[in-house]
Amino acid sequence: MLTDAAAIVTARLGVPNSWTLKAYLETGGYAGLRKALSMTPEEVSAEVMTANLLGRGGAGFEVGRKWSMLAKPRPAYLVINGDESEPCTYKDHMLLEADPHQIIEGTLICAYATGAAQAFIFVRGEFALGIERITAALNEAYAYGAVGPNIFGSGFSVDVVIHPGAGAYICGEETALLESLEGKRGFPRDKPPYFPAVKGLYMQPTVVNNVESVSNLPWIVLNSGEAFKGLGQGRSTGTRIFSLSGHVRQPANFEIEMSKTTFRDLIYDPKLGGGIRHDNQLKAFIPGGASAPWFGPDHLDMGLDQDAVGKAGSMLGSGSVIVMDHTTCMVRASWRITRFFHRESCGQCTPCREGGGWLDKILHRIESGAGREADLDLLLDICDNIAPGLSWPPQKTTICVLGPSIPSSITSAIKMFRDEFLVHIKEGGCPFG
Amino acid sequence: MARLTPDNVRRCRDLIGLYPQSRSALIPMLHVAQEQDGWLTPEAMEHVGEMLDITPAEVYGTASFYDMLFTTPVGRHLVSVCTNLACLLNGGVELLEHAEASLGVAAGGTTDDGEFTLEEVECIAFCGAAPCLAVNWRFFGSVTTDAFDHLVDDLRTGRLADEVPPHGTLCRVRRNVGLTAGDATATPVAAPAAGTTEGA
Ligand SMILES: Cc1cc2nc3c(=O)[nH]c(=O)nc-3n(C[C@H](O)[C@H](O)[C@H](O)COP(=O)(O)O)c2cc1C
Ligand code: SF4
Repeated sequence: MLTDAAAIVTARLGVPNSWTLKAYLETGGYAGLRKALSMTPEEVSAEVMTANLLGRGGAGFEVGRKWSMLAKPRPAYLVINGDESEPCTYKDHMLLEADPHQIIEGTLICAYATGAAQAFIFVRGEFALGIERITAALNEAYAYGAVGPNIFGSGFSVDVVIHPGAGAYICGEETALLESLEGKRGFPRDKPPYFPAVKGLYMQPTVVNNVESVSNLPWIVLNSGEAFKGLGQGRSTGTRIFSLSGHVRQPANFEIEMSKTTFRDLIYDPKLGGGIRHDNQLKAFIPGGASAPWFGPDHLDMGLDQDAVGKAGSMLGSGSVIVMDHTTCMVRASWRITRFFHRESCGQCTPCREGGGWLDKILHRIESGAGREADLDLLLDICDNIAPGLSWPPQKTTICVLGPSIPSSITSAIKMFRDEFLVHIKEGGCPFG
Repeated sequence: MARLTPDNVRRCRDLIGLYPQSRSALIPMLHVAQEQDGWLTPEAMEHVGEMLDITPAEVYGTASFYDMLFTTPVGRHLVSVCTNLACLLNGGVELLEHAEASLGVAAGGTTDDGEFTLEEVECIAFCGAAPCLAVNWRFFGSVTTDAFDHLVDDLRTGRLADEVPPHGTLCRVRRNVGLTAGDATATPVAAPAAGTTEGA
């Protein structure tokens, strides 16, 4: 059901010049930071813990719990992940352009609660306007006294740096991001021992949180963790932005109440996706970004709930829902996703680097009509080598989970649309043209 | 094709000052170098390495990992057409084919006049407006083939010069304050904002 829960992180969308300090202050900006600074860091953390805010970057880990795991050695650092590159996810891009002050305020609240010595906002390099907007916002915030020494006279001081990336999907993975922030190639680090909370940036304890995650903090501090928890159901509390794309009439970012809203609402409600284009039939949808296993129409009535989707064998992931209608060639769709992972593999692990390449080649050969009958088993065998047992969540064979995510689209497509693969192979070409 | 200009050396020093460890400034400095020349010249990379006390090989080794950093020349306009899933489902491949025909270069190529480099890219996070593309990382959505040709025309004639700066220029807003939290004597970073995109 589409509920009437008010928007939290997108409330300022549409406010003229929403990215300026003036507009931000006129709409209640920095009140959350002021209130947080009047509380103890422990009290702020307790509110976030009560809220049960789940990370919005992909892994869905409780934000409050992550903070509580920060190891003792100091200095500790805070890194905000604005690298957003998961295919068909475009919410952080929008937040960076439309409401950069909210990200800065959330960053500062997080820095205060965790005692971070310095904060870095890592912004995907391609987001030129976003980088310009948040840089301008940071200048304004310093001049306003919200960042830097003795913030609002509270005695709390912290500096924030906007760090532009340079184009690499893998840098969204938190340990690769830290390597990149240290001026190196974006190679993920092994966990353990390199859990950011223990050995993060410069081998110091580090909190990594997503842009949307911290954008919720001003509201939570102002309205209480209980109020946040009052939205949604179970562990999926609050509202969340879902990036809807593909064959819907109104592809856009929608902030909706978690769990209570269903995929059917998101895709078909006139106020949300507005239904499939040309009144076509829904063929399949991906519930949480290109890394996630696919769902068919039989999953439409499931709530946008992290645990429900997890139990059904997929994930809400980065909050991107991709809709494919009956005209879609599923071989092509899974090939395109696989090619993406092959291209973006950092190359450190053999199953990911080589396996991704083989899968890319075999899918291309099927799609272009040169496939063989044995190819389906071959695909599944390679997938099984990358992610043994093809279970979800996948088993770990590599340093990060990019590799084990590669099978998602392939095993989904073969399971749901095996006939389509066979037609490609038997007829020597794509039936969709 | 040169080392960094004195102004850019100052900008790079300011960047180094923002991080606990100097090497963290490497990628932001490479963006400055790419803004200066449109791509990363060997001389500029060597200069950056000198400033950070790392070898040119380490600079190149890092730069070559990243899609946005070019170690060979590119056109003044880098046209990046997305063909990832949301765009694929909405005509992105056809848009790329049209772009190739219209510009007369295959993806990866540069026009003879050095005006345009065309590339096929992965998702650029503008999926609500698929099919989409970026020119020097300024975004254009719901791009029809006609709209593409108009866009190229506008870029060629300079009508979009304000919105789309030359390739390499990422952020036209300069940070105007140094680190101040732990060090009251910190000096503000050099040049203040040189025009923003506000209102764009
Ligand atoms: C391959 C890969 C790509 C990722 N990309 C992103 C990303 O673009 N943005 C993001 O916030 N998290 C991304 N993550 C998740 C991060 O590793 C990390 O969990 C997240 O930034 C933590 O923030 P949160 O707890 O607030 O969600 C990615 C993870 C993997 C394995
Ligand atoms: S799984 Fe792939 S992307 Fe991740 S570290 Fe290994 S090679 Fe790199």
